[in-house]
Amino acid sequence: MKKILTLLILILLITCSKESGSDTIVSVVDATPVVANSSDTSSNNDADSTTETNTSDTSSDSESASFDRKAMLENWVNNIIIPLNEDFKTKLNSLKEETSKFKTSPNSENLKLVKEKWLIAYKSWQHIEMFDYGKAEEIYYQSKMNVYPTDSERVERNISSETYNLDNANNNDAQGFPAIDYMLFGIADTEEKIIEKFSQSDNKYISYLTNVIDKMYSVTSEVSSYWTDNKDSFISSTENTATSSINKVTNDFIFYYEKGFRANKIGIPAGVFSGTTLPDRVEGYYSKIYSKQLALEALDAVENFFSGKKFNSDIKGESLETYLNFLKSDGTDLSKSISDQFTIAKEKINSLNEDFTSQISSDNNKMLITYDEIQKGVVFLKTDMLQTLSISVDYIDADGD
Amino acid sequence: MITLNSYLSKTYGSSPLIVFRIGFGLLMLISLIRFWINGWIEELYINPQFHFSYYGFEWVKPLGNFTYILFLICGVSSIFIALGYKYRFSIILFFLSFTYIELMDKTTYLNHYYFISILSFLMIFLPLNIRFSIDSYQKKVSYNKVPIWTIDSIKLLITIVYLFAGIAKINSDWLLKAMPLKIWLTSKYDLPLIGETIMHKEWFHYLMSWGGMFYDLLIPFLLLISFTRGFAFFLVVFFHVFTVILFPIGMFPYIMIFSALIFFSSKFHEKIIYNISNFLDKLIKSKKIFKFYNTYNIKNTKIIYPVIVLFFIFQITFPLRNLLYEGELFWNEKGYRYSWRVMLMEKMGYTTFKVNDLDSGKSFYINNRDFLTPFQEKQMSFQPDFIIEFAHFIGDYYKKNGIKNLTVNADSFVALNGRRSQRFIDPEINLYLEKRSFKNYNWVLPFNDEIKGF
Repeated sequence: MKKILTLLILILLITCSKESGSDTIVSVVDATPVVANSSDTSSNNDADSTTETNTSDTSSDSESASFDRKAMLENWVNNIIIPLNEDFKTKLNSLKEETSKFKTSPNSENLKLVKEKWLIAYKSWQHIEMFDYGKAEEIYYQSKMNVYPTDSERVERNISSETYNLDNANNNDAQGFPAIDYMLFGIADTEEKIIEKFSQSDNKYISYLTNVIDKMYSVTSEVSSYWTDNKDSFISSTENTATSSINKVTNDFIFYYEKGFRANKIGIPAGVFSGTTLPDRVEGYYSKIYSKQLALEALDAVENFFSGKKFNSDIKGESLETYLNFLKSDGTDLSKSISDQFTIAKEKINSLNEDFTSQISSDNNKMLITYDEIQKGVVFLKTDMLQTLSISVDYIDADGD
Repeated sequence: MITLNSYLSKTYGSSPLIVFRIGFGLLMLISLIRFWINGWIEELYINPQFHFSYYGFEWVKPLGNFTYILFLICGVSSIFIALGYKYRFSIILFFLSFTYIELMDKTTYLNHYYFISILSFLMIFLPLNIRFSIDSYQKKVSYNKVPIWTIDSIKLLITIVYLFAGIAKINSDWLLKAMPLKIWLTSKYDLPLIGETIMHKEWFHYLMSWGGMFYDLLIPFLLLISFTRGFAFFLVVFFHVFTVILFPIGMFPYIMIFSALIFFSSKFHEKIIYNISNFLDKLIKSKKIFKFYNTYNIKNTKIIYPVIVLFFIFQITFPLRNLLYEGELFWNEKGYRYSWRVMLMEKMGYTTFKVNDLDSGKSFYINNRDFLTPFQEKQMSFQPDFIIEFAHFIGDYYKKNGIKNLTVNADSFVALNGRRSQRFIDPEINLYLEKRSFKNYNWVLPFNDEIKGF
């Protein structure tokens, strides 16, 4: 009797302490929480998996093989995230330099160079927007960099008043790439008039432009050094919890595909959520001609991350794709369906006008068809992939059966 | 009739009922406090702007800040139950408040909440306060024996739960594919020791699936036989502790472990009472001035017997109602709840809704998160009755906001037990015109695979 009682109390204590930990993580599916599957977490790199090769079929025999999650995280952070951030920082820096040249000699030639550098940096940005993790999440990095449509009135107000605080969340839609888009292309009808504004003696326009770019550069440096400083803890966080790197980054990736890419770039301007088209919501509204390029760049970023393609290289490392191949339960090639769907979406985007605004006004149906193909990818990612990885969509707090 | 009468007049030591009362009250108190401390009252019942109702119970809604009072009432009544103070009143109050809480939003449906509701209903009719309680202390009357059926009825309810849970596991996904355990166990790769060694092994998935089925089917009988009882209890503890480690399963394992004690002899429970009373005697020096009677006679048997019989007829037939419906149970979920189908599905859905304004010809998709919490959205996305209810909510909402003639269509995909996702809801059907009912849902597309079994 006493034995049973002590046993009970002991168990209660042990399991209670366990439970409180897992409670906060809980997924909503009948019983399981969050991310990822299978075995062999902490085995050091390359225990048995192929990091360096193009692996679209590592596994097939889930009995003996195991997936090296650490290798995946290493690939993500060392070969993708950090190089991308560094590259982006460099590109922002050239934009910064070009802008200061433009400040000293505001002429058409220099404006053209600023525009060029802006576009290069904007494209590079498309590759890192999805990593809303750590510092980026903490300082609302995306909101500082790419909220569109920009509030042109607010930009003008800030410029004329010269009293503004870019750290204030109210100014999120008056800074970043969309605000620069407005300043370089939209503050006047003609290029001469635009240059004129930048050469005003009060320097109001040029200093706002400089301040916005400086702000972007400083937050980017913060995020960039966060990644270099924290890469080890990122790599070692292989567990299956709501806060582990695998789960967070995977959730961020899916969220980006659904929101940042599908909704913001295509769905919202095409009127999918409003019933009426909203052509002024396209990315790069003032420059007109870049909306398609930016969308294609974003889809490249999605594909690259999914397949674990290393920065500036064709070599692929461990990724969601190889992870899915390892876990595939019913023999169907889920990862192939997903990458095929990305390809189809890309074809559809390619068939659109360079300028989505004019595409929307001439034939919005093409936008909607493109949206539908992107949408099919959301279904794959949010049902099939999440189920296979056993990741929760968001961390929700509740018990299961 | 003679055997029935002799069974009804058979008596047994009252101690198992008394221990059960105390343990039940305390466990419920802990559950409610835990719920409160976790902030779930606010998160699940106060914050959401929309609540999913059970069919026929649409009038049961959270009460704003009074919801806290409701939990308070429920908590206080469970203290009274443990103390055996105004027991009949307290257990009725507990049953009503707890059931009301569960009915407020079906997003939070769990089989074990339902178990507690029906168990507390049964407990209304059982004499759990006739000894070692404030009620008995005040009346200065205590009974050592009770009709054995009162104890057996709790055992029967637990047996029903286990047996149905076991029968539900006899299906091809569970036994032949080790699904969904294969997905869930593999995802537990981060457990110490077993995580990296066996959790991803196929043999382990099958072992757990088959073991789980046999456990559920056999454990009530192993508990009933005194020879195997000790071993059975060890299994109960082992099994439920294992589920605690694996799954975020809340208080359920503790409730089941504790409930299994009812199968032990009255001697066993006497010792527990003896220990508690020794402990209490040290705290309060009370004089025992009890009149001890031998057997407690149940009053109002003319009402109580039929109620108990009907209760059990319901408990045995209701979980089988899925047999009345066509189509795959796991897919349509007609008759899935209240039938002890626990952890049988890994079901993941993605469902969005399109509102069409028939007058202007415009249509648009809504953002679920504008109306639902992430938890609600997740539950809604794969359950047909949630989908239809939410479609009506959306239709009503936009009607109120000026769209007179509208249709609501769903774009919905669901993946079940590791299968590839499949379109779930007929996108052509205007859900705003469809009604919830006990009939088959014609708006759910047929499942493109077959799961054999119960």
